Amino acid sequence: MNFQRMILTLQQFWAEQGCINAQPYDTEKGAGTMNPMTYLRSLGPEPWKVAYVEPSRRPSDGRYGENPNRLYQHHQFQVIIKPSPDNIQELYLDSLKALGVDPLVHDIRFVEDNWENPTLGCAGLGWEVWLDGMEITQFTYFQQVGGIETNPVAVEITYGMERLASYIQDKENVFDLEFVEGMTYGDVYRQAEYEHSKYTFELSDVKMLFTLFNMYEQEATRAANENLVFPAYDYVLKCSHTFNLLDARGAISVTERTGYITRVRNLARKVAAAYVEEREKLGFPLIKKGEEA
Amino acid sequence: MAKDLLLEIGLEEVPARFLRAAMNQLREKTEKWLDASRLGYEKVEVYATPRRLAVLALSVSEKQEDVSEEVKGPSRKIAQDANGEWTKAALGFARSQGVEASDFTFKEVGGVEYIYATKSLNGQEASELLPEGLKSIITSMTFPKNMRWGAYDFKFVRPIRWMVALFGEEVVPFEITDVQTGRVSRGHRFLGSETSIAKASDYVESMRAQHVLVDVKEREALILKQIRDLAESKNWNIAIKEDLLEEVVFLVETPTALFGTFEESFLNIPQEVLITSMREHQRYFPVLDAEGKLLPFFVTIRNGDNKALDVIAKGNEKVLRARLSDAKFFYEEDQKVQIKDALSKLENVVFHEELGSTGDKVRRIRQTADQIAALLNLDSEDMQDVSRAADICKFDLVTQMVYEFPELQGVMGEDYARKAGEKESVARAVFEHYQPRFAGESAPASIVGSVVSLADKIDAIVGFFGIGIIPTGSQDPYALRRQAAGIVQILLDHKLDFTLEQLFDLSISVHEQAGNLKRTAEEVRKDLHDFFELRVKKLLSDTLRYDVVDAVIAAGFGDIPAVILRGKALMEAVLTEEEFKTTVESFTRTSNLASKSDNRKVKPELFEDEAERELYEAWTTLHERQKTRTSADEEGRKNAAEAELTALSGLRQPITTFFDRVMVMAEDENVRANRLALLAAIDADLKRFADFGKLVWQ
Repeated sequence: MNFQRMILTLQQFWAEQGCINAQPYDTEKGAGTMNPMTYLRSLGPEPWKVAYVEPSRRPSDGRYGENPNRLYQHHQFQVIIKPSPDNIQELYLDSLKALGVDPLVHDIRFVEDNWENPTLGCAGLGWEVWLDGMEITQFTYFQQVGGIETNPVAVEITYGMERLASYIQDKENVFDLEFVEGMTYGDVYRQAEYEHSKYTFELSDVKMLFTLFNMYEQEATRAANENLVFPAYDYVLKCSHTFNLLDARGAISVTERTGYITRVRNLARKVAAAYVEEREKLGFPLIKKGEEA
Repeated sequence: MAKDLLLEIGLEEVPARFLRAAMNQLREKTEKWLDASRLGYEKVEVYATPRRLAVLALSVSEKQEDVSEEVKGPSRKIAQDANGEWTKAALGFARSQGVEASDFTFKEVGGVEYIYATKSLNGQEASELLPEGLKSIITSMTFPKNMRWGAYDFKFVRPIRWMVALFGEEVVPFEITDVQTGRVSRGHRFLGSETSIAKASDYVESMRAQHVLVDVKEREALILKQIRDLAESKNWNIAIKEDLLEEVVFLVETPTALFGTFEESFLNIPQEVLITSMREHQRYFPVLDAEGKLLPFFVTIRNGDNKALDVIAKGNEKVLRARLSDAKFFYEEDQKVQIKDALSKLENVVFHEELGSTGDKVRRIRQTADQIAALLNLDSEDMQDVSRAADICKFDLVTQMVYEFPELQGVMGEDYARKAGEKESVARAVFEHYQPRFAGESAPASIVGSVVSLADKIDAIVGFFGIGIIPTGSQDPYALRRQAAGIVQILLDHKLDFTLEQLFDLSISVHEQAGNLKRTAEEVRKDLHDFFELRVKKLLSDTLRYDVVDAVIAAGFGDIPAVILRGKALMEAVLTEEEFKTTVESFTRTSNLASKSDNRKVKPELFEDEAERELYEAWTTLHERQKTRTSADEEGRKNAAEAELTALSGLRQPITTFFDRVMVMAEDENVRANRLALLAAIDADLKRFADFGKLVWQ
């Protein structure tokens, strides 16, 4: 099954479970969790079901397109359901079957992995799912988002698409994956991988990045003070990505690191709190809709 | 009449590391509840897999025991009027307790007589008690980490998805969140299906039919057998680490061992790296040859049957290849970094807020190690090695490999140092300075490694004591107890000729110079003394009787090899010398009187009896001997300890004669004081060996 078919299959599968097929968010981010469709929507009492692909940038994982397993940008397929349904593990396993993974001829395990994202003030309990020893999915019950206890609890399923594909297509090198017939993953992404790595490690303007970080931080604060949740959050994401670029460049010392993470986290918390406030003002409209459905 | 009781809690995969404790908890809570509910039972078995926790209580009585209970009523004065008739109060009490007033008894409590009603309580049916009881057993369980799920407020280790509760053949009805108890359990995720359990005692077999081995011991035995069979058929030596086995046992419901291979070229990476990567990341068992050399194979335990093992092996090989490629990458990258550049990075690594960076710590280790080396009179080559090893002992903390696998600290340092052209003795010391890393591991073999290890450990202990962080109870976040035990072990194994006190003072002054001490040196010294006393005691107690340990430690424990030799000599004497008890009695008598004197200056001219003079002479000879005692090789020192005890024992005769013949508390004040002074002088020398009064005789 090619890469595109896998995505389509998962979209179809989760759409049938009542999930909205949302689109990737247009601001750089390190993980699908940071998409406001997850980060913000998992807060508060309103029910929510969504599935989407998220291109996720991890500047420090860039390897100039030379490493068969590591990428500057990889793809996560993200599912969020709130409240978490009782049969969520079974649904997940069915989605693997839809991808052609027969559990009887593989070894599938749920291995403890408590997920945390300190930058966003998020914590959850769950597992990494192993397919014959390979981690293919992060499976998490959110307990806290943006420093706020979640209630009801959302479950997050994050498929690592490249890993899963390399398994399903039996390819050693991510760049050899078949994206669609006649087109490899490398054809689509290798140049960008090389250039982003080169930029990240050798070319990025550290001084500019520090300036940008401060500007984004100020703008996020300004917007958040006006309770403009979504614009404020965009700038939080920009702060986070800028920090990642600086970190990858080795421009931030171990001691300073914690300080920067705290700054981003404080902003993220502020936005999270503002989101819940704003939804409350609107009367948590999705609760009614959920009830009707 | 009795029936078996089954409770199975069906869960989403519980972390393997929690399950052992959860089983114990489930057993204890069940037993406690049955006891408190006055329900007899034969025994309680507990079972656990990743997806379930279960308890089976055999032959649980169907009815509580009947008991009678005495209930205290009003005082007799209030209960009866002047004519001995029951008052309203008494009749009311009788009604409320459901007894006849004529059945009241009287009892005196604190000088006042009260009436008592004896109520007989008829035992309730177990089936009435079980729903609430079983529910409370589950809801009162605690775990290191709990979670919420769905829209429920209830917290548990992982979501509860089903519950089986059977008393004999009957379902015990209750619910938690929206889950109702029933008789339907779930089998192995892929091999099994839902299954209805007819009666409690069918549990183990019903689950076996669904490919779930619920018995932990059975799973463990099966895994071990599979691994051994594999080892035997391939002529391998498969290293089974206890904690990994324990984890794997709790990761599977149907275990099947299989093996895979990796490219031989990875064997160029140090073996420890490969083993750690396989164990920590993948939960694989490494495969060794007869000489303990790693072979390019691994063994893993699948959660399932033996279908398609080749597919699974291939998948695992792919993962391992990626892991090992990462390790190889880190290994090669790390070697491109110069040691001096790594060292400068340590300045940015915080050791502890109040104790500075790891760079600061390294400088203190260097200072301390140099001074220890000087005290030990090491030759100039060893001295240089100590300095260099101290300088670079922490450089590997900033390598990628140690970042990835913290437990490889020291291991990587040694390897990288050797490759970077450091002297063999220095490279080795970089590893050794962490030793002993765990209880049971030996001290560093080399003197260079030992010195740096002492410096590293005492620096941590004194540093933390200096800012008031002292281990209490289970609180020992910096593993200071282990480090103290390490120091004691090193001093002992190497028979190093200096004392704990010297080591304390040295490190205290280094921390003082660094401005780290938040308490007075005196306070720190006192706490260190108490802290180490316990460690030394523990060490000695492995081989010596506790009263012997107490006795010799009371004479000081700073010189650890010496205290051990004294302990051994004393133990030997206690066990083998018939007259030793009399000897000790004479010592104790001496000590008791000696405590009345604070003067040890003996004036021979005041002696009145020959026995006084004889004792004085015997003591003088001994005292001179003690003063001229010299350190020698181990054999010499051992003999010295024995000889010293023999010499001390030689005082028994003169002491006994002295007490027989001389009246210590003489009328003449000067004579009396002189006799007490003689005893005090003797006692002081005795106590340099041991406090003999602490010995216990059966």
